[in-house]
Amino acid sequence: MAESAKSSASIPPVSLARRLTDVLVTASAAGAVLLVLLPLIAIFAYLVYKGIGSINWAFLTQIPKPVGESGGGMANAIGGSVYILLIASGLGVPIGIGAGIYLSEYGRNRFGNLIRFTADVLNGVPSIIVGIVAYGLVVLTQGHFSALAGGVALAIMMIPTISRTSEEMLLLVPQAIREAAYGLGVARWRTTLSITLKTASSGVITGVMLAFARVAGETAPLLFTAFGNQYWNWKLNQPTAALSLQIFNYAISPFDEWHRQAWAGALILIILIVLSISAVRMAASRGMLKGAS
Amino acid sequence: MNSEVVAGTRANAEPLLKSGDGAIADRTFFVAVLACGTCVLALVVLIVYELITKSQLSWHAFGLGFFFRSDWDPVNDQYGALPFVYGTLVSSILALIIAVPLAVGVAVFITEMSPRWLRGALAFTTELLAAIPSVIYGLWAIFVLVPLLRQYVQPALSTYFGWTGLFSGPPYGIGMLAAGIILAIMVIPIVSSITREVMTAVPQQQREAVLALGATRWEMIRTGVLRNARIGIVGGIILGLGRALGETMAVTMVIGNRPDISHSLFAPGYTMASVIANEFSEATGDLYLSSLVEVGLALFIVTIIVNVLAQVLVWSVTRGMPARSRG
Repeated sequence: MAESAKSSASIPPVSLARRLTDVLVTASAAGAVLLVLLPLIAIFAYLVYKGIGSINWAFLTQIPKPVGESGGGMANAIGGSVYILLIASGLGVPIGIGAGIYLSEYGRNRFGNLIRFTADVLNGVPSIIVGIVAYGLVVLTQGHFSALAGGVALAIMMIPTISRTSEEMLLLVPQAIREAAYGLGVARWRTTLSITLKTASSGVITGVMLAFARVAGETAPLLFTAFGNQYWNWKLNQPTAALSLQIFNYAISPFDEWHRQAWAGALILIILIVLSISAVRMAASRGMLKGAS
Repeated sequence: MNSEVVAGTRANAEPLLKSGDGAIADRTFFVAVLACGTCVLALVVLIVYELITKSQLSWHAFGLGFFFRSDWDPVNDQYGALPFVYGTLVSSILALIIAVPLAVGVAVFITEMSPRWLRGALAFTTELLAAIPSVIYGLWAIFVLVPLLRQYVQPALSTYFGWTGLFSGPPYGIGMLAAGIILAIMVIPIVSSITREVMTAVPQQQREAVLALGATRWEMIRTGVLRNARIGIVGGIILGLGRALGETMAVTMVIGNRPDISHSLFAPGYTMASVIANEFSEATGDLYLSSLVEVGLALFIVTIIVNVLAQVLVWSVTRGMPARSRG
């Protein structure tokens, strides 16, 4: 007994220098975490601190007042953002999910790989470039900056994210479930829509929400598509205000009143985004696939 | 019907009972989802087509010299993109110099050191950092970061490191340094999440083997994990570079938007993305617009190359274990 204890003790102890290095590295890694969390906390703190005082009923219901008059709000920008995002989702969600279905159910071939690759490429395209393309595609055709052009630009940004996440989620559905449906004589399209897609639905919705949250705060592709507007607009072919554009224009303006409103707008935007991400987290933690092992 | 069977090689069971009606519906469904898939391909082709056709005018006027001329003069219709290329490269590299050590540190802490209960929370928080819109980073940078730099950081830097020539000139706050810092904050989440992913992909046995040889935790991380994951980490860094190159709003709001090339990081600059953001909707004249599109085309080509390279590097580490590495 004493012999064996002695032999295990004969392994040389870890030297002080090595132990010190270990402690130092651990400390600096923890330090890096703190340093990275600092701007995050600072940004949220400032948003609440500067924004909360300016959010009131007028801010949420009125359109901007001319320079020099105080008061007024961002109602048209909030409405415009919702409008543009609805157009973008209307175009982007069906195409994105359709592409995801193609990739998971029919796409185990060269053409599928090509589409997977181009989707990843599209994901990395800088948003300002998407703006240029939507400008050429819609604005030049219509002859106006417009809500539709903004919606198209954001839809282009949503499609690759939605198609890749939908594909991943659909692939998680066990093959046996599809086979069970085929065994009952259900046609393939019906199986895909009512069985496979339904089983994967919460995962697919997660992907859609993530894409939505990603484009909700986009500004660059809207600069020369939706363009912005000081008034209400619900026409597809007219310039439209958006929350992110309004924040940008107010932030770089020289007026204190507008700076105040930019902070308030930013607070509202971040609340919308954090809400949708938290919803995604909750859906994800409850299990991507209900009923499938 | 046959072509579907061929196309759907993944499904090893095909529906047995098919009325004629069902076959037509199946066919229609296949064509519909195929159209959606092709749409993705078509979008990329469309982007390339738009950028190339719209930049023809400028290409014919200036040729390759466009990227080596430093005069940007809309009044006399002379355009050279060198200041933008310079500004984009310098701000992105500065961002990476700041971001990479921090991002790798965060990834090491979360995967190897953090107690289990903290891991999820930290991962979620870094994710949150990635979800903040660029325009909000810009807003924060204008009103918080820039005054901070002007009053405290820049005077200190020029006192102690002024001899390097990098920190000379009046401290405006706004300029290359501010752009680099805000970009660093924005690319940290992406670099650290990819690093985390490739570190998780390193097999557990590697760690156990190194620990069994008597290594301390840091030695285990260095020789067992980081060394095996290094190609993937480089991939993550390059992916971060791709993000930084194309980033528009936050940079536009703090870089100063002046097409000058200056040694000093305090001086204002201009990037490829921000010149498009600022001048595109006001560009009168075909050559002006065409030059801006050519800047966009160059940015597009560079980001695509950078992103593809990064993907290949990340795949080379995580390939074979996608299920574990995702999460």
